[in-house]
Amino acid sequence: MKKQVTLTKEFTKGLWEINPILKQILGTCPTLAVTVSVMNGIAMALATTFVLVFSSLLISLVRKLIPNQVRIAAYIVIIASFVTIVDLVMKAQFPELSKSLGPFIPLIVVNCIILGRAEAFASKNNPLRSVLDALGNGAGFFIALMVMSGIREILGSRSFLGFQVLPSAFEPWLIMILPAGAFLVFGLLMGFSNMYVDRKKNLEREALIAQYKRVGREEITDNVLKEAGV
Amino acid sequence: MKEITHILATLTIIGIIAGGALSLVNNWAAPKILINQKAETERAIYLVHLDGKRYEAMKDAGFEVYKVFDQTDKSVGYSLVYAGNGFQGKIKLMIGLTENLSKITSIEVLEQSETPGLGTKILEPPYKDQFKELTPIAGIKLVKGVAPSNPNEVQSITGATISSRAIVTIVNEGISKLKTLVSKSSDQKREGRPQ
Repeated sequence: MKKQVTLTKEFTKGLWEINPILKQILGTCPTLAVTVSVMNGIAMALATTFVLVFSSLLISLVRKLIPNQVRIAAYIVIIASFVTIVDLVMKAQFPELSKSLGPFIPLIVVNCIILGRAEAFASKNNPLRSVLDALGNGAGFFIALMVMSGIREILGSRSFLGFQVLPSAFEPWLIMILPAGAFLVFGLLMGFSNMYVDRKKNLEREALIAQYKRVGREEITDNVLKEAGV
Repeated sequence: MKEITHILATLTIIGIIAGGALSLVNNWAAPKILINQKAETERAIYLVHLDGKRYEAMKDAGFEVYKVFDQTDKSVGYSLVYAGNGFQGKIKLMIGLTENLSKITSIEVLEQSETPGLGTKILEPPYKDQFKELTPIAGIKLVKGVAPSNPNEVQSITGATISSRAIVTIVNEGISKLKTLVSKSSDQKREGRPQ
């Protein structure tokens, strides 16, 4: 039996530790495509989170009833239903937004964050944990999209959420609103986040070594470090 | 055998529930979506005929075209939706024309996927406002580098010649299509009422 993590941890792990974009590298297609403006990013993240939470809940509820052989088919039907609901509601209530997101709302069906979490988490855990996990992953997706679309909108069209934030003397970087800009920002973001993680790990390692030295254990073997979990 | 029944039953039940839920949502959303679409067309029609108050779709045209009337119910001309190929994808235009098709009132771009910053300049007033009050009788011409000197000339955007040319082509094609349509329907009227 594996160790149960706390409920808060179930939520917060999605924000950073297993952030769907930066760590699991799931759902990159919508990430690259819709982050031209912050508004698009927000709408995409909210729509995805909605689908993610409700399909995780439902899948977790019926996880024991679905025969193993057809689980993926069942998941897809459940996910597709929620996506269609989102698509219809957006078309009815927010026609402008639905137009600017274009085909990416229907494509949430195949967004691997949702199927990934369904298969890796919701199908093995109880509804409460599944919903928390889904909320955490949705929030992580939201944060990643906000950062990316913020950078792209500010540099690419001088504005944030449609309001001009940089002076008109600043020449917008066209590349930022072109697909190539998406790849550049994505790559740099991932690079920086990995750099941060590596640095943190090294610092922890050094701190531990220093601590061991202080208590007089001169020889630090890899085994000791492994035991300490760094 | 038992397993197969189980599989079939589960999938069927899931399918039925999903279908039912979707049809409920669709019942609620479908009329709203229809209203939105109608409002969008309406807005686009009046974009090129600012004094328009009422419009009538012309049927059997093979493309979208609307006859626009002002508040005294006098016809002010046509709003014509016409699409063609741009640099990267389709460009869809709304073209406003006067009653006798001799003048363009203005044009609006409804849909495009041109290069941001270059081709998208077709959306900006310096380019698209050139079409206002043009007389397209001999077709609109695109000129490069010099200011237009004739009433049927439009200056091309530097760095976006293909997009500029695409718009001119779409406008010309649309107008000639509409011309044949209008002359055909007026011929039919004349035949119907021999004098």
